[in-house]
Amino acid sequence: MSKQRKRKPAKTWERIDGRKHDELRPIHIESGVLPNADGSAYIEMGRNKIIAGVYGPREMHPKRLSKPNMGVLRCRYHMAPFSVDPRRSPAPSRRDTEISMVMRDCLEPALFLERYPRSVIDVFVEIIQADGGTRCASINAAAVALADAGIPMKDLVSACAAGKYEGRLILDLGDYEDKKGESDMPVAYMPKFEQVTLLQMEGIMTREETEECVRLAVDGCKKIYEIQKEALKKKYAAVREEAGQVAAEAEFEPEPEPEPEEAEEPTTEDEPTEDEEQ
Amino acid sequence: MSNGIVSRLKRKKIEEVVKTGKRMDGRDLLQYRDLQIKTRFLEKPEGSAEVKLGKSHVVVGVKSGIGTPFEDSPDEGVMMVNAEYTPIAHPTWEPGPPPDEAVELARVVDRGLRAAKVLSMEDLGLVSGEKVQMVYVDLYIINFDGNLIDACSAGALAALNTAELPEFKVTKGAVSSTDKTKKLKLRAHPIAVTLVKIGSEFIVDATADEEEVMDGRITITLDENNNVNAIQKSGPVGFTVDEIKKCINIASEKAVEIRAKVMASV
Amino acid sequence: MSAKLEERSIVVPGDLIYEGRIRTGDNTYRDRENVYATKVGLVNYSKDRVSVIALEGGYAPLVGDLVIGTVTDLELGQWLVDIDGPTDAVLTVSEATDKPFRTSLDMTQILDVGDLVVAKIFDLDRNRTPLLSILGRELGRVNEGFVIRITPSKIPRLIGKKGSMINMILKETRCNVTIGQNGRILINGRSRGDEELVERVIRMVEDEAHTSGLTNRIQEYLKSIKEEKK
Repeated sequence: MSKQRKRKPAKTWERIDGRKHDELRPIHIESGVLPNADGSAYIEMGRNKIIAGVYGPREMHPKRLSKPNMGVLRCRYHMAPFSVDPRRSPAPSRRDTEISMVMRDCLEPALFLERYPRSVIDVFVEIIQADGGTRCASINAAAVALADAGIPMKDLVSACAAGKYEGRLILDLGDYEDKKGESDMPVAYMPKFEQVTLLQMEGIMTREETEECVRLAVDGCKKIYEIQKEALKKKYAAVREEAGQVAAEAEFEPEPEPEPEEAEEPTTEDEPTEDEEQ
Repeated sequence: MSNGIVSRLKRKKIEEVVKTGKRMDGRDLLQYRDLQIKTRFLEKPEGSAEVKLGKSHVVVGVKSGIGTPFEDSPDEGVMMVNAEYTPIAHPTWEPGPPPDEAVELARVVDRGLRAAKVLSMEDLGLVSGEKVQMVYVDLYIINFDGNLIDACSAGALAALNTAELPEFKVTKGAVSSTDKTKKLKLRAHPIAVTLVKIGSEFIVDATADEEEVMDGRITITLDENNNVNAIQKSGPVGFTVDEIKKCINIASEKAVEIRAKVMASV
Repeated sequence: MSAKLEERSIVVPGDLIYEGRIRTGDNTYRDRENVYATKVGLVNYSKDRVSVIALEGGYAPLVGDLVIGTVTDLELGQWLVDIDGPTDAVLTVSEATDKPFRTSLDMTQILDVGDLVVAKIFDLDRNRTPLLSILGRELGRVNEGFVIRITPSKIPRLIGKKGSMINMILKETRCNVTIGQNGRILINGRSRGDEELVERVIRMVEDEAHTSGLTNRIQEYLKSIKEEKK
């Protein structure tokens, strides 16, 4: 790893894009962007532009890959040929395969896969533009897409990298910081359970720095968690406001509305119980 | 629907409705869905366009690079068109090598651009027989609801129109990069129009459902002088000469509409 | 022991909705002494139970459900039917015809691959595979109409309390509508205009399922369309 440190006096140290050491890049998340998918999300994190689509739970093809006692989560991380410079081949690389795997491992703890024997849940992520930290941005989009698909989840999963650049610990590395920095540590986190579900690191850091770096990344994840939640709620808030105004104009009492759950067939006891006594 | 099994009922209903001169979504037979084109929305590629045609959604990226020329054209650059059927786009699309349809899509779009001589390939040569500029046009399908050829052809033209290629300096056979870029010059503006035959009727801009039940399909690519650049007929039924004539007429009208939208977006 | 949110708040997976002991209803789970949401939806506190009315969700087959599916394969003595569920459903010959099964039976006469079928789930097997039956009134192969899909979790809203929503729509539009619990809806009207109107209204219900006063708004809308026609 090349260390081209630009020697600068400490006081005027600032990041290449002017951010503070613990500041995230601008994040924008939108849910439900793909008409065909069961769930989907689009994320812009810095200049990353990524779309995640979820299909399932659905019948697994080929059948031999399915499990008789639980569902299977399949993840696929894939980069558009024009997402990076220079253009890359559309065929999946070894890096893509590894990222697909760690993504699956970090999302799986949030799901109730035991409810879907013999089925598969597919999470497909397409990188339209890459700008450093694509795996974390992909996980953030994938978690929102899973929730948008209505797949039961214990919690959302939020991801963010931290690392070391010019001797300092920084949050959410951009492309340049990622390539020129001393180390990079992508982290995914389930805030409700205080569990780190993805942790990778490469570079050189002291043990103290490593510990501090995890803490910094987890703090970043917590901020992203709130943005993910907002994105999921936003879709409904807009329609609700519109509809609410119509209702007010017509001076409707909030009438005893037909309740969805009451209209259901009286067979709820057959439903998998959502109780988790732990 | 899944596994490529066509619902018999769907076929029957679509045929019935088309026979009355209307479509399932209320359109007339020769009416396109809403076409939205956004250009320059990506920073990494040299040119880019996002096309939404109804619920069909494609992203086109144009990238350049340096490669070796073909032996029979040592001084000409190389253009390559590639289509990617991403698995996010449709429940039946799987990850893996491109299906036949993706290869056909890329080739039909490629043929239209190439035949119309859109790029001045000789301007892209660097070192004769050794190094030329490559232009990659990647068609990336984000959501599939039919008529990808027209959406991608419009998107490719828009993306090429906005592309700025890096300039190179050649000194004694050595290629070095400069900081400068140069706008890619286009010599023609071909547009593909695809007609689909259902029963005895022809429609434009078919949805995925309509393509599922179609009998045949014909794509006609025309340039701004109304010359035909490329044709692709596919599907299991034949067309009469009169039908082909009719299709060319319709396509030449529709191409003008679409070209105007493409040019307005760049 | 307390509710953490206002009734009908929009929640997302992981949101804390109740502190303390209470029965956990649909789309919730308990972790230690707290209850959390598992889906995007509206929180619903009733006397002894807290639940989330899902706004998003695929189809989870239940016994008794009426479903609309497509026949995808024909095996010895049974058909496989795609009902947009986690797995394909199975329809055996014994649940499709009163006649006893013989290998000489031409099963395609009853149902062929590509046929659309309205069926009832009469059981789930050990692997939760839905077992279908088409013995009964208004079940079996569909020969007329077309199918649209909506998010399955919004089907109860489309039906409404004791069928209030759908009955109102049927009355105002004069179309035949069969609602599959799996999110597929079969529409068959006397004119294309009627059919298009029903489709539009169903899409409205889907988009605004989480709002209140919806039945009245849809009724007003349908009335205004009628007025226009006059």
